Amino acid sequence: MQKLNVSVYRYNPDVDNAPYMKDYTIEVEKNRDMMVLDLLLLLKEQDPTLAFRRSCREGVCGSDGLNMNGKNGLACITPLSALKGGDKKIVIRPLPGMPVIRDLIVDLSQFYAQYEKIKPYLINDDKTPPARERLQSIEERAKLDGLYECILCACCSSSCPSFWWNPDKFIGPAGLLNAYRFLIDSRDTATEERLNDLDDAFSVFRCHGIMNCVNVCPKGLNPTKAIGNIKSMLLKRAI
Amino acid sequence: MVSSASTFGRSGSHDFILLRATAIIMALYTIFMVSFFVSADAVTYASLTNLFAHLGMKIFTMLALTAILIHGWIGIFQVLTDYVKKVGLRAFLQFVVCVALIVYWLVGLLVVWPVEGV
Ligand code: SF4
Ligand code: SF4
Ligand code: FES
Repeated sequence: MQKLNVSVYRYNPDVDNAPYMKDYTIEVEKNRDMMVLDLLLLLKEQDPTLAFRRSCREGVCGSDGLNMNGKNGLACITPLSALKGGDKKIVIRPLPGMPVIRDLIVDLSQFYAQYEKIKPYLINDDKTPPARERLQSIEERAKLDGLYECILCACCSSSCPSFWWNPDKFIGPAGLLNAYRFLIDSRDTATEERLNDLDDAFSVFRCHGIMNCVNVCPKGLNPTKAIGNIKSMLLKRAI
Repeated sequence: MVSSASTFGRSGSHDFILLRATAIIMALYTIFMVSFFVSADAVTYASLTNLFAHLGMKIFTMLALTAILIHGWIGIFQVLTDYVKKVGLRAFLQFVVCVALIVYWLVGLLVVWPVEGV
């Protein structure tokens, strides 16, 4: 057996005056790797008051975005062996910059409000819709690759300094990746309106290319590139 | 669409373009001035006044000061909206900086324009 030292952010607004870090020691089989989510489930057996979100446990639902040893990611697909600094001392915190509801559970209302702003659905003003479906060529469909896979886990936006400072005005990497997904969809006819909505000093242009978002996306997506493409679309229109 | 009254450009892309364009002018002016100081045998009152007596140099200088005005205005707006959350304090700081930038520009004009060579 082997001992693991884990430090977890705890805060229950009903009983605690302030958040604090709680230390746990846990015995696990020697040389056995596991996901951070497995570790959290073991901790919860030890201390049932610990609260966190999870659902699919396979990196699909996006509910267990957390900050583990300083880096955002999904607890269910992050093995202890992949943690920064190894599993010597494991520090688990909620996603940074988001209001904490309890322990590792954060309030994502602002994150979703930004997503809602970009109108995340197809808009088509075609008066006579096709009888069966709107077809896309293979090339048109290929443009959506690397965009549609986003699971809205908020790992990217909560690692972005621009989003920390202006979460009410800057759309953030997740929302902008999705905005671009609809901007280049051949079936969408609202490109101009969408661009009009984004062309202010904050929504898109607060991105300064820091690339924290790319660094943490558990799906390997590249919001910075999508944002760069939106910027070029806006600039082409402006010149 | 987020509206903001205190920035310089008409839109996000306008701000973006102004920021880049003014940066180019400032860089060119800096390169020019540095190479003047480096290549001159001796920098004297006469050589400086003769340089600034050229109409081209006056225009280049005013262009650079205009670039500083615009670049500073937008840049300070961006930094302040990131880091100063109290609206009153932010408006005050933005006001002070913008007034200072305009004063620089005016003083620059008054100093540079009347220069005649010796
Ligand atoms: S872009 Fe990646 S990190 Fe951001 S919300 Fe989507 S899946 Fe999560
Ligand atoms: S590249 Fe842009 S969106 Fe991504 S973390 Fe940096 S500022 Fe945020
Ligand atoms: S539990 Fe669904 S992504 Fe981790």
